[in-house]
Amino acid sequence: MSSTQTSIQTSEKPLGRDDLARLVARDIKPGSFVNLGIGQPTLVSNYLEPEQNITLHTENGMLGMGPEATGDQIDGDLINAGKIPVTELPGASYFHHADSFAIMRGGHLDICVLGAFQVSATGDLANWHTGAPDAIPAVGGAMDLATGAKDVFVMMTLLTREGVSKLVETCTYPLTGIGCVTRVYTDKAVFLTGPDGVEVRETFGCTLAELQAMVPVPLKAASAVGS
Amino acid sequence: MLNFVDTVGEAVAGIKDGSTVMIGGFGNAGQPFELIDALMDCGATDLTVVNNNAGQGDQGLALLIKEGRVRKMICSFPRQSDSWHFDTKYRAGEIELELVPQGNLAERIRAAGAGIGGFFTPTGYGTMLAEGKETRVIDGRGQVFETPIHADVALIKALKADGRGNLVYRKTARNFGPIMAAAAKHTVVQVAEIVPTGGLDPEIIVTPGIYVNSIVKVA
Repeated sequence: MSSTQTSIQTSEKPLGRDDLARLVARDIKPGSFVNLGIGQPTLVSNYLEPEQNITLHTENGMLGMGPEATGDQIDGDLINAGKIPVTELPGASYFHHADSFAIMRGGHLDICVLGAFQVSATGDLANWHTGAPDAIPAVGGAMDLATGAKDVFVMMTLLTREGVSKLVETCTYPLTGIGCVTRVYTDKAVFLTGPDGVEVRETFGCTLAELQAMVPVPLKAASAVGS
Repeated sequence: MLNFVDTVGEAVAGIKDGSTVMIGGFGNAGQPFELIDALMDCGATDLTVVNNNAGQGDQGLALLIKEGRVRKMICSFPRQSDSWHFDTKYRAGEIELELVPQGNLAERIRAAGAGIGGFFTPTGYGTMLAEGKETRVIDGRGQVFETPIHADVALIKALKADGRGNLVYRKTARNFGPIMAAAAKHTVVQVAEIVPTGGLDPEIIVTPGIYVNSIVKVA
């Protein structure tokens, strides 16, 4: 058991947001079509290497999205899902909203990376609504991405500010999708989620036993590191 | 029938109280601000508005909402940092909200234009946005029945029109324009340029003129 614990701890410290984004970028297979959600997932684009040949999709109607626009590049007709001005890369294409969501909903995207309030042990996702009585709900494309992409990666801190695990037995916030999340990248560990429960691929700044003490669902070391 | 009109006021003159109005745009990209201003001036009220958002800042759709002209919003993402007019009306119970996942919004609009009576989709299955809706398991996946969204009028923005009403758009400002043009009984388009018939390559036309009723050039 102790040898397993040391073998999956790959960092002395918890990972920062940029380190985590670099890790997600490294794990995206060359040639993939990818949608990066608003917020922390957007950081992943900073670490994609040209030789990975990744094509970024934005839900408002574009494949081949380039980096954020600056200076003279800024064009109000060319924005991303977060309404930030972006650029187009050679080979980009534009299409209307129904086609853009057919790309998601039809299972054509390899990976989407999303933020989350909670993820359950079986990969249920809650990321759009706190359910608070005075909250104005807004869902955008979250449900379409969660149910449509072949793989759904979540990026989040493992614990809330109050120290409560966001990886949970059952989500208490309103659901975005059921059984859709395949991987959870956090500051303390990478989790693989699925119908058979949660496996831990690697830990950062803690052992598997220390991680288990923070998380209310049974964990086991992934059988093959790097899977 | 296709009409070319000189002013945005003429373009929206037929919009009646109680109409369902689709408004193109995602954020400010593709939003037909001049047509929305004209809708404001024409006085039509008790409107149901279909848009991705529910207005931003103190312009366009946000002002229509502020002035109490919108009875109901059908949209995917009403809450933004600057959606204060919607937020105020919603919290006061003075506006109805039908919240729709964005892909369902797009596909329901597309379905209306294509004469489709409804469709099953996994999006939203098992969530509060599917409560009360018919469901079915298809190919092993739970799916939700969604119905088309029709409209009396669509207000959209394109880059260029030719003399037959064929349209091309610009970059991500295309967004909801093509599907709203097909879904509405009467489609009004503001364009930056009108070119002679034959001035657009037929191979690159995005919205064929059959979907377009009224065109106005906005400088």
